[in-house]
Amino acid sequence: MTALATVRSAPSPSTRPERSRPPRSRGRARRTLIAWVFCGPFIALFATFGVWPVLSSLSMSVTDITARDIRTPFSVNFVGLGHYTALFGDPNFLRAALNTAYFVVVGIPLTMIVALTLAVVGIHGPDWLNDPNWAMPALILMAVWRHFGIPMVIFLAGLQSIPADLLEAARVDGATRWQAFRSITLPLLRPTTLVVAVLLSIGYLQFFEEPFVMTSGGPLGSTTSISYYAYEQFGFGNYGTASAASYVLVAAIALLSFLQFRIFRAKA
Amino acid sequence: MTTTIANSAAAASARSASRPVRPARILLYGALSLGLLATLAPFAWMFLGSVKPTGEIVANPSVWLPRSPTLGNFEQLLSKQNFALYFFNSTLVAVTCVAGNLLFSSMAGYAFAKLEFAGKRLLFGLVLTMLIIPGVTTFVPLFVLVSNLGLSNSYLGLILPFLVAPLGVFLMRQFIQDIPDSLVEAARLDGAGETRIFVGVIVPLCRPPLATLSILIFLAQWNNFLWPLVIAQTEDHYTLPVALALFSVGANGTNYGLLLAGAVTVVTPIVLLFLALQKQFIQGIANTGLK
Repeated sequence: MTALATVRSAPSPSTRPERSRPPRSRGRARRTLIAWVFCGPFIALFATFGVWPVLSSLSMSVTDITARDIRTPFSVNFVGLGHYTALFGDPNFLRAALNTAYFVVVGIPLTMIVALTLAVVGIHGPDWLNDPNWAMPALILMAVWRHFGIPMVIFLAGLQSIPADLLEAARVDGATRWQAFRSITLPLLRPTTLVVAVLLSIGYLQFFEEPFVMTSGGPLGSTTSISYYAYEQFGFGNYGTASAASYVLVAAIALLSFLQFRIFRAKA
Repeated sequence: MTTTIANSAAAASARSASRPVRPARILLYGALSLGLLATLAPFAWMFLGSVKPTGEIVANPSVWLPRSPTLGNFEQLLSKQNFALYFFNSTLVAVTCVAGNLLFSSMAGYAFAKLEFAGKRLLFGLVLTMLIIPGVTTFVPLFVLVSNLGLSNSYLGLILPFLVAPLGVFLMRQFIQDIPDSLVEAARLDGAGETRIFVGVIVPLCRPPLATLSILIFLAQWNNFLWPLVIAQTEDHYTLPVALALFSVGANGTNYGLLLAGAVTVVTPIVLLFLALQKQFIQGIANTGLK
């Protein structure tokens, strides 16, 4: 998480080193007070509706809490990492994890190059949503269509920040458009690509709405994602299992973001 | 988005007007047109479908142009249900959340970017950590919390959990950090207090990220489904997506005409909002270190 924090701010060119210290003593205490007043409303709401639910779901994931214990939350038993080990022995969860990976691995590149082939309108395809092999590709296509807009805008913003005279200079030196794209645009676009990749993986790992609306995780569990699995477990009242599953997801998101930062930075 | 494509395409063609048309260019435009078609086709289907009778919507093979266009779906939407109320509820929730996020995020963002205080690093680390926590993790504890506070089935219950978002603070902090310290220092030397500096110097410079944040928060709240579904228990607190989902899926199967007419009504304000703010939106993304 700290890794994410440090690199998150890295793309901003302005992150300065130490700034000059403000005057000591009373002035300093006053500044701290003012700063906390500025942060106050945010901190109050953030602590109540953001941090507190996270802490309580973390504690749920290590107890045997179910829907029946909601009124008497202190009568539950501590089960340690029991839910987590149980998850990795549950074929349904493993299936959900595999489905999520499938969705992420195919969905992200597809979104990034934008599915032009999608334009094949009116083909007589298979019975998409009712076939275990075709349900996931159908949901991926839908997700790509739904999500490529924002990445496109981010790419557009990134492209606008590339100085035009660089490309001009390359043209004068006799570079073709493709060469200029390969050796100027793409490398300069690396921070943008990184942000898009990270945003997409955070979003796609949480893959939920498509199966929720279109398939209810079926047919035969072929479109159940980790999020959907956790949602179902919440529905069954297995709060401990559900919380544990969602923290497996958090770990996956943190790991993938971290890896992407490492890979992109190493190349840069 | 469409206008953006059109704009850059127009700019591109203006630049290359003097050059002869090459096959590569034709191929490029062909591919772009196909992409545009693929993007717009579902929308076109939605708009056309909203003026078709149900029989034509579910017809197989599907019919694109309505044979007997009708406004029946919209009439049904407006008359049978308390549509104005749902629209009001959705607007109230989305607008309040946008206002809260703009105000509180820019205040906190200013403190994180330009003020020194104890606990700053820890707090900002917490904000960044929360960025990657998925909604499903906190859904049930949040519901339990809001119920225990006695806020279920109330506007407060719909709004309070979304009044601030870590993304907003992150965005504002990144942008405000790029504002030169000398501006702030100069204002301080002139005797301005932090509030004066914030209102008079910082906020006027923050229009691009504020526009970006407005769009992101408005979109998220306008489309929010699961939370209002569990919080709004009586009809008078339904938002548009909840009302649509509950009323169009009846005992006799899905009423697709009603659903499509509703979808058109839900989507239109968003498209208008984006078209109005799109320039600021792109600038906001370009300037906040998100690039």
